[in-house]
Amino acid sequence: MDSSAQIKPAAANPVRAQRRAGSIFDREGWLGPLLIGPAILYIVLLVGIPFFMALYYSVSNTTAGSETMAFVGLRNFANVIGTPKFQTALKNTFTFALLSQVVILIFSNALALALQKDFRGKRLIRFLILLPWVAPISIGTIAWLWIFDSTYSVLNWTLRMIGAIQGQGFMWLGVPHLAMGSIIAVHVWRQLPLATVILLAGLSSIPKDIHDAAAVDGAGFWRHFFQLTLPLILPISLVVLLFGLVFTFTDMIIIYNLTRGGPYDTTQVLASLAFYTGIAGGDLAEGAAISLFLFPLLLAVALGFLRIARRTEVT
Amino acid sequence: MATVEIRGIKKYYGDVPAVNGVDLITREGEFLVLLGPSGCGKTTLLRMIAGLETPSEGELVIGGEVVNDLPPRARKIAMVFQSYALYPHMTVFKNIAFPLKAQRVERAAIPQKVEWAASLFGIGHLLQRKPRQLSGGERQRVALARALVREPAVFLLDEPLSNLDAQLRASARDELQQFQRRIGTTTIYVTHDQVEAMGLGDRIAVMKAGTVRQIGTPQEIYDEPADAFVARFVGSPPMNLVECRDYILGFRPEHFLPKGTHNGDIKAATFRFRVTRVEYLGADRLLYGTLGDALADQKVIARLPSTVTVRMDPATTYDFTVEERQLKFFALSTELRIQRRPL
Repeated sequence: MDSSAQIKPAAANPVRAQRRAGSIFDREGWLGPLLIGPAILYIVLLVGIPFFMALYYSVSNTTAGSETMAFVGLRNFANVIGTPKFQTALKNTFTFALLSQVVILIFSNALALALQKDFRGKRLIRFLILLPWVAPISIGTIAWLWIFDSTYSVLNWTLRMIGAIQGQGFMWLGVPHLAMGSIIAVHVWRQLPLATVILLAGLSSIPKDIHDAAAVDGAGFWRHFFQLTLPLILPISLVVLLFGLVFTFTDMIIIYNLTRGGPYDTTQVLASLAFYTGIAGGDLAEGAAISLFLFPLLLAVALGFLRIARRTEVT
Repeated sequence: MATVEIRGIKKYYGDVPAVNGVDLITREGEFLVLLGPSGCGKTTLLRMIAGLETPSEGELVIGGEVVNDLPPRARKIAMVFQSYALYPHMTVFKNIAFPLKAQRVERAAIPQKVEWAASLFGIGHLLQRKPRQLSGGERQRVALARALVREPAVFLLDEPLSNLDAQLRASARDELQQFQRRIGTTTIYVTHDQVEAMGLGDRIAVMKAGTVRQIGTPQEIYDEPADAFVARFVGSPPMNLVECRDYILGFRPEHFLPKGTHNGDIKAATFRFRVTRVEYLGADRLLYGTLGDALADQKVIARLPSTVTVRMDPATTYDFTVEERQLKFFALSTELRIQRRPL
């Protein structure tokens, strides 16, 4: 009793001094808002305001340069939906997004499984695989532009050298199906690294004992993969798919750099159509209507996936 | 049913030996415990038997067949892991059925076998639950049922009780032993807990630094330790080891008793014992202190059963005796057991 009574007052002073010095950081009521504030500001200024402006544009008759704006209801949507250009773009958007995500999921799973094994130079390979993700996308696609060039294509050159084709070779970006295939290939190249890294994280979160138990229980490669590994990384795979889908539905950089939607609109997607209509063509109202068309669908997809991911979550 | 033979097994990680030349033969249907401190190589040895690690040297024989090059699934073994390693996304039923499906057991026979294994461990009512809905003890039973269901020739258990609380562990130990007796499958059990080892094993192999120091029945290990390490590792509190001239003298705390407690006609060695602390544990008392005379200041412990009611006070010196046949002698240099020496 005696000794503790002596210690107490001596220890209390420095504690109080410390609390005064770091008072804001010690109070959760202040620290929380302080930390999240910049993020909220960023989202409101750069995402929230443009989003609500787009919402309003889509029900107005505004154009680039006009100083007046009148409410016209859903007329823009009605005008747009009927056009063949829009319907082609809608179809292309789904083809582009779904096909590229299927390919990405298969490739990233295979790649993540391979990278999980121990081998020499694993870190270097991991780094190389991440490169397309960290390289600026415009520079990457310009390189692809040369790869697909009608005269200098290195693909055609290679095919000619190994004797697979003769003569001029393929017009990679000039023929409808080839053009769609080409932009899907570039999109896969671009998104594969992130998907692989996320899946790798998912794979390494599975305890080693589970794999050992499966080996002792007699599971071969396919049973092991389809009955254990895949179900266990399903929640994180869904997150990969969700990000991939939303990203693909709303992005147009690759298409803008490689095909500008051509040939004959066969690679035109809603995002690029919205850009060409609203920014290049100056019809802000219709552009906004096109770009918002998929918003309800994407929202539903996102909510649905997050629900499934939560339900299949395993611990 | 099968035996496991381990012939000169070594395992190196880089230049570091984890298992450094182990020879061991189990008997038919035996419960063999690998006992040792953390890092002694016991789990590595078990994983090599399972086929989860490849030996650097030596031969592994299960049921008369060299299995070095066989994958785990071809070794007719089953293993229970310390973490239980249940498949978290599968129900208990599917967990237990998994090894059967993997071995392509006829589909129609599976439910019956699963229910048989589940009933052996009293978990028949849990078959539709997921592992996360089970308690620690229930998970352990599911892991055992999953190991048992395909009727392996050898059972490998890696500290399966270490995640249970003390009370549950005692009853699980009891059940485990009864169950092993009933099915009579050769079992190799890894633990660092000497109480578990003594209670469960038909024989115990005590390991240290990748080698087996002694193999024997619990009684042999306890009463006749082969070296000072085994003497120190088995028993709680451990054997008193006292350096005298060129050897080490060892005696168990329960044999170190106040003079007069032994019958008068038994040959006994007498020591001066200065008690420094008394711990009252209910069933017995532990006396901590130092020896006097020639063995000055060497720390020893005495364990007095509650039947010895002599009053013992700290900071007091008493005469204590050890029956002469309970004295063990070890070489000072090698720590190996040596012949009896004159005191």
